[in-house]
Amino acid sequence: MLSAPSLSYMLLSPMLIIFGAAVLGVLIEAFLGKTHRAAVQLTISIGALLLALLQLWQIKDMTSTTAAVNSVTIDRAGIFFQFIIVALALVAILLIADQDNFVAQASAVPGSTEEKIATQQRVQQTEIFPLVLFAVGGMMLFTVASDLITLFVALEVFSLPLYLLAGLSRRRRLLSQEAALKYFLLGAYASAFFLFGSAFIYGYAGTVSISAISAAAGSANDIFLFIGIIFMSVGLLFKVSAVPFHSWTPDVYQGAPTPITGFMAACTKVAAFGAILRIFYVGFADAQSLWQPIISVIAIITMIFGSVVAIAQRDVKRMLAYSSIAHAGFLLLGVISLSKEGLAASLFYLFSYGFTTIAAFGIISLVRDSTGEVSDLNRWVGLGKKSPLVAAVFSFLLLGFAGIPLTSGFIGKFAIFSAAYQSANISLVVVGVLASAIAAFFYIRVIIMMFFTDPVNDSVSVIIPSIRSRIAIICATLISLLLGVFPSLLLNASNSFANLIK
Amino acid sequence: MSLLTAIGLLPLISAGMIALIPTRNNELIKRATLVATTIIAISSIFLAVSFDKNSDQLQFVQKNSWISAFNINFSLGIDGISLVLILLSTILVPIVILATWNESENGRWSSKVFYVLLLTLESLMIGVFAANDLFLFYVFFEAMLIPVYFLIGGYGTGNKSAAAIKFLLYSLFGGLLMLASIIGVYIISSNQIGATFDITQLATLEIDNQTENFLFLGFFIAFAIKAPLWPFHTWLPDAAKAATPGTSVLLLGVLDKVGTYGMIRFCIQLFPDASKTFTPLIITLAVISIIYGAFMAIGQRDIKGLIAFTSISHFGFITMGIFAMTTQGMSGANLYMINHGFSTAALFLIAGWMISRRGSSTISDFGGLQRVTPVMSWSFFIAGMSSLALPGLSSFISEFLVLVGTYTRYPVAAIIGTLGIVLAALYILIPVQKALHGPIVSGNENLKDLNLREKIAIAPVILVIVFMGFYPKPVLDLINPTSEKVVVNAGFSDPIAKVGK
Repeated sequence: MLSAPSLSYMLLSPMLIIFGAAVLGVLIEAFLGKTHRAAVQLTISIGALLLALLQLWQIKDMTSTTAAVNSVTIDRAGIFFQFIIVALALVAILLIADQDNFVAQASAVPGSTEEKIATQQRVQQTEIFPLVLFAVGGMMLFTVASDLITLFVALEVFSLPLYLLAGLSRRRRLLSQEAALKYFLLGAYASAFFLFGSAFIYGYAGTVSISAISAAAGSANDIFLFIGIIFMSVGLLFKVSAVPFHSWTPDVYQGAPTPITGFMAACTKVAAFGAILRIFYVGFADAQSLWQPIISVIAIITMIFGSVVAIAQRDVKRMLAYSSIAHAGFLLLGVISLSKEGLAASLFYLFSYGFTTIAAFGIISLVRDSTGEVSDLNRWVGLGKKSPLVAAVFSFLLLGFAGIPLTSGFIGKFAIFSAAYQSANISLVVVGVLASAIAAFFYIRVIIMMFFTDPVNDSVSVIIPSIRSRIAIICATLISLLLGVFPSLLLNASNSFANLIK
Repeated sequence: MSLLTAIGLLPLISAGMIALIPTRNNELIKRATLVATTIIAISSIFLAVSFDKNSDQLQFVQKNSWISAFNINFSLGIDGISLVLILLSTILVPIVILATWNESENGRWSSKVFYVLLLTLESLMIGVFAANDLFLFYVFFEAMLIPVYFLIGGYGTGNKSAAAIKFLLYSLFGGLLMLASIIGVYIISSNQIGATFDITQLATLEIDNQTENFLFLGFFIAFAIKAPLWPFHTWLPDAAKAATPGTSVLLLGVLDKVGTYGMIRFCIQLFPDASKTFTPLIITLAVISIIYGAFMAIGQRDIKGLIAFTSISHFGFITMGIFAMTTQGMSGANLYMINHGFSTAALFLIAGWMISRRGSSTISDFGGLQRVTPVMSWSFFIAGMSSLALPGLSSFISEFLVLVGTYTRYPVAAIIGTLGIVLAALYILIPVQKALHGPIVSGNENLKDLNLREKIAIAPVILVIVFMGFYPKPVLDLINPTSEKVVVNAGFSDPIAKVGK
């Protein structure tokens, strides 16, 4: 006799709202005329995200390991991760909805007459909205999934829309499509590794439930656990773009439409670190001695590689891609710390980094010439003279990435370094500060280009942002400023939410 | 809110108000800034008057919780050393503004930006000397770099953006090393006495030797970069040459003092044992700085470069005095910070006027200025004499105290240091002879002497130099109790009985 599984809809409601809205979005694509689609899609997306935020607020004090038959664990940290993802997506969707960043007709071959006709109609694909919502839903699930199968499903649910979105750039479409293909192929490999690792873990523990894996530690030959951890880590570290699994990052960041890059850079990091933290803190905590040395080495090379290679970049999006690699390295310190402080620091760091990143990519999408966005740094020279405000805001965000005091980035770094120091990973802290010193160089170089160099004739201009991206950029910037000066607001919250149910 | 906090906030508030004045209104902006900074200077003198100099406790204490998650407080309070350095900063700022009235007009941005940056910097300078919370200190320490960076890069001359970035990267590098140490101290405190950043409490920690040495080095390297000690000095001459004279005054006169101040406040107070371990090394570096700076100064053709290298030599003296760990040395070093601030200010300001009049900064382009511009030449002469520590002028007493204080513990270092005084005579007298005396070099015949505004600006500086040369007691009274406290708390006693002052 088959009985229906009991689901606690209340706890799952934030995800259900997002997925429901995404499905609705697909139906709208099928049944609504072209003229109204964009507006309706945007309304639905924003409405769903707001509703999800509200729901998360409602359930913020609830916990359950059986929200969906042991597959989903709703706990304080999980709710916080979901909250960050939805909040970031809300800001990102304003940027996504804004200018003509997306291709008019994705199916048209680049350079064909079909494409020209579609472009002249001044439309863009509105499927981006349901795709983004699916990605957001998948990310939310990824951070609360508590068995390996659900984790894998969530991973695919949020990755597939991102592969598509990365290829939908309106301009330089071949570059965009190449990025999408590269992302897809490498992502597929990474997923395969993840699955392979899961199989080993299942073989070792006889279960796919993360908490049961933790209980099984030491029960059999550790080599299988070790192999499982390694292969699963490959899949996860690919998503956070840790070295040596980072090679897709610069290409995809550069090729994808800029608002999508911002969305991806911010939200994917949160989702992937959410899952990593849950798996390592809950599932592999007892096998600490197996994975900690390896993850430490990866953290070190990620921090140093990201910071050093970013120096050589001449494209602002590629530079931020390498900077995001370096930040992944810093965030790994939170994983290695394996303590409540480490978790709380990671929550703070992800929140502040996410908003800074979205604001930065929002600004990048404003800097244009007649053919579209200009991400070549050499053409950014003298921007400070032409649009002092935009250049000043961007400089502030860069200082935030660099971790200068009075920005949110500094508090995040401080928190995560303290946690690592406390867990006796002092050498990692030293590498971390050295990498920060190296990283400061390329952030500051951009400030020099914008402010201390005279504009050349062919230089670019900053378009007047529409009200939507203005709201998005202002919100995100204010949040990073506020968190730099009054970090207590979030630090206390992240401390009280730093709790993963085992 | 204590008077101290109010004085610290005033520049920031003034900056906000000046930002509201329309950019075109140049004169108004300058006057408003001058008035504001003069008021701040006067209130800080008032602060000094109401300071109880017999107490070695922190005064004007203000403490509010800032980041409760890490037990970080917005905690300000001053002792004698902090007070005199705050006085130095607040007094120099209006002088700089008056002396370099038109400096801000040739920059990349408007004058308004210049003065907003300057006022922001003043707030941060006061904050850095007044902070009692290690984290707060670090925030001021790092945040200070940003306005200076824009002041050098936006308003300087020559290779300014390279100099600005070099300055910033050196300082950031040191700052980040210090951050690692700060985190270390913080974690140790949370294991021993409960997490805190309060400097007085941190001084009571028991740290094992090896850890203490590493933590000490993190702090020391940051400060040795700031108050450039050989071999961390290379950013300074570039920055000083590129910056405007006014910025250079604040950079060398005040900002670099944060380094020596940090050595006293943090290196010695938090890590007395490690300080002992590293003293021989640091004294050696200090002596090298004294001699190296002096020789490099002798070889300089550029007048700003000359002043920069003399400062490196002087910072060597200050560091030597600090790490001699005697009360005379410590008092001397503290007094030296003030005196160096004023004499460097005078040198830089006058050099700035000379350069802007002549259109060149090469020493040999000047010549015979004594006859053309007597007031300017005499002022330069007095400032130069103070820099070479002529008895009767301010630097003499401090240099003497440093050498006496060092001699009682490290006679060899003191004797080699004395060689620095001889070299000082060379590096000051040669340029004085080249630039002021001798026949009038062609092109200099029609140079104008100081105008009234410039005379008003330089007069108080010269006055302080002369006054402090004859009667340093008011400042020494403020400095001595704290200096003694630092040396005693670090576990040292003077090798010989105290000499009367």
